[in-house]
Amino acid sequence: MGSLIGIVNIGLGNIDSVGRAVRYLGYEFKLCEVPGDLDSVDKIIFPGVGSFRAAVAILAETTFDEAIKDQVLKGNKPILGICLGMQLLAQHGSEDGGADGLGLIGGHVELHRGALEGVSIPHIGWNDVHHQGGELYKGIESGTCFYFVHSYELLLDSVPPYVATANHGVDFIAGFEAGHIFGVQFHPEKSQEKGLQLLRNYIEY
Amino acid sequence: MLKHRVIPIVLLDGYSVVKTINFDTRRNLGNPITVARIYNSRNVDELILLDINASKSGEKIDEFTVAEVASECFMPLAVGGGLRSAEDISRILSKGADKVVLNSIALENPDFIADGASRFGAQCIVVSIDVKKNGAGQYTVYSHSGKDVRYSLLDWVKEVERKGAGEIVLNSVDNDGCMEGCDLELVRSVSSCVKIPVIAVGGVKEPSDAVGLIRSGAAAVAASSIFHFTSITPNDLKDEMLAAGLPVRR
Repeated sequence: MGSLIGIVNIGLGNIDSVGRAVRYLGYEFKLCEVPGDLDSVDKIIFPGVGSFRAAVAILAETTFDEAIKDQVLKGNKPILGICLGMQLLAQHGSEDGGADGLGLIGGHVELHRGALEGVSIPHIGWNDVHHQGGELYKGIESGTCFYFVHSYELLLDSVPPYVATANHGVDFIAGFEAGHIFGVQFHPEKSQEKGLQLLRNYIEY
Repeated sequence: MLKHRVIPIVLLDGYSVVKTINFDTRRNLGNPITVARIYNSRNVDELILLDINASKSGEKIDEFTVAEVASECFMPLAVGGGLRSAEDISRILSKGADKVVLNSIALENPDFIADGASRFGAQCIVVSIDVKKNGAGQYTVYSHSGKDVRYSLLDWVKEVERKGAGEIVLNSVDNDGCMEGCDLELVRSVSSCVKIPVIAVGGVKEPSDAVGLIRSGAAAVAASSIFHFTSITPNDLKDEMLAAGLPVRR
């Protein structure tokens, strides 16, 4: 498989750091500003920060929602959702009154349950990620720290082949791999050499 | 479990890295991009980049420098220096910063903290508080513009949290650049009156000082001189913290 990376840009949050990381690793990327831009790329990275509901509205308005689903489900292109990008792969998010996501993974997004356990939300900082292997974590030990910034968490309906977890008041989903659909709640592009390694693993798998 | 961070601070005066003593005497230390590259290769937790002359001279931190540093940085990057409007913040974020550090503008207009937090998210707004002891030995908030500050230290700290800042950078001016140890009492009194993370700065002379700062309530330790002028690295601090049973990222 070729390795032209398409980075989806729906104008929410700073996506430049993902592009800088991809370039630093020696690969080319294309910023996908309109759905048609996805046609020529081999793999998709879907970053994002901000509100789930606002992002869903933009995805619908730009028709990126149908385009991403087509590319991933019919075109069989791999996708890596980062932070809000991972959450948007789920079926539903409750933030700001709620909205339906892309439904590429069975699950929904809720306020982080750590809020009920007395830990501070948003969950910001470096935390240990425990994983059971999979493509993303090749050469990365379970328990390696990654950088998180989020208030909401993904709750999965069923257990995909690979799930990574972290603990903040409660154990929560830090990432998953289900076939060619990947998600990470943390920011690999801000997680130093292990984060770059994870991006390289995705690009090269 | 979240980790206690060790954060190098890179101070700029225009295009050069500098280091002060007691916020005064300056030494020029060369090119910020080279310095950032070294910290990146040291795999640090985070980096703070501040232009210490910008506010005083009515300038802003150089955007090109921020962009160049960001292109070498794959860790969170906090940037400050003369940022006075939402547009300034927006522009610095677009150059690759993850957070902005506010100081003078926050003192002049505390509502600016709230506006920034609601527009960019609390995690993006870091307020830097410089503290100096007066003749009577009381802590006072130090203003770079030389204007009188109408808040007592603890009132200002609480106000900063109330306005929605995500973090506080607490600088001890009296210890700045001295490498003679830290003011743990200052860290204790400030961190005990807020819930948001306090990043303690000023005076680290040896790795064990980091343990003292965290045990006094700091969430993170930042330093500059010790990394510029000695062979001690951020990892040396973290080794000491780890040995003391504190969670750090290794």
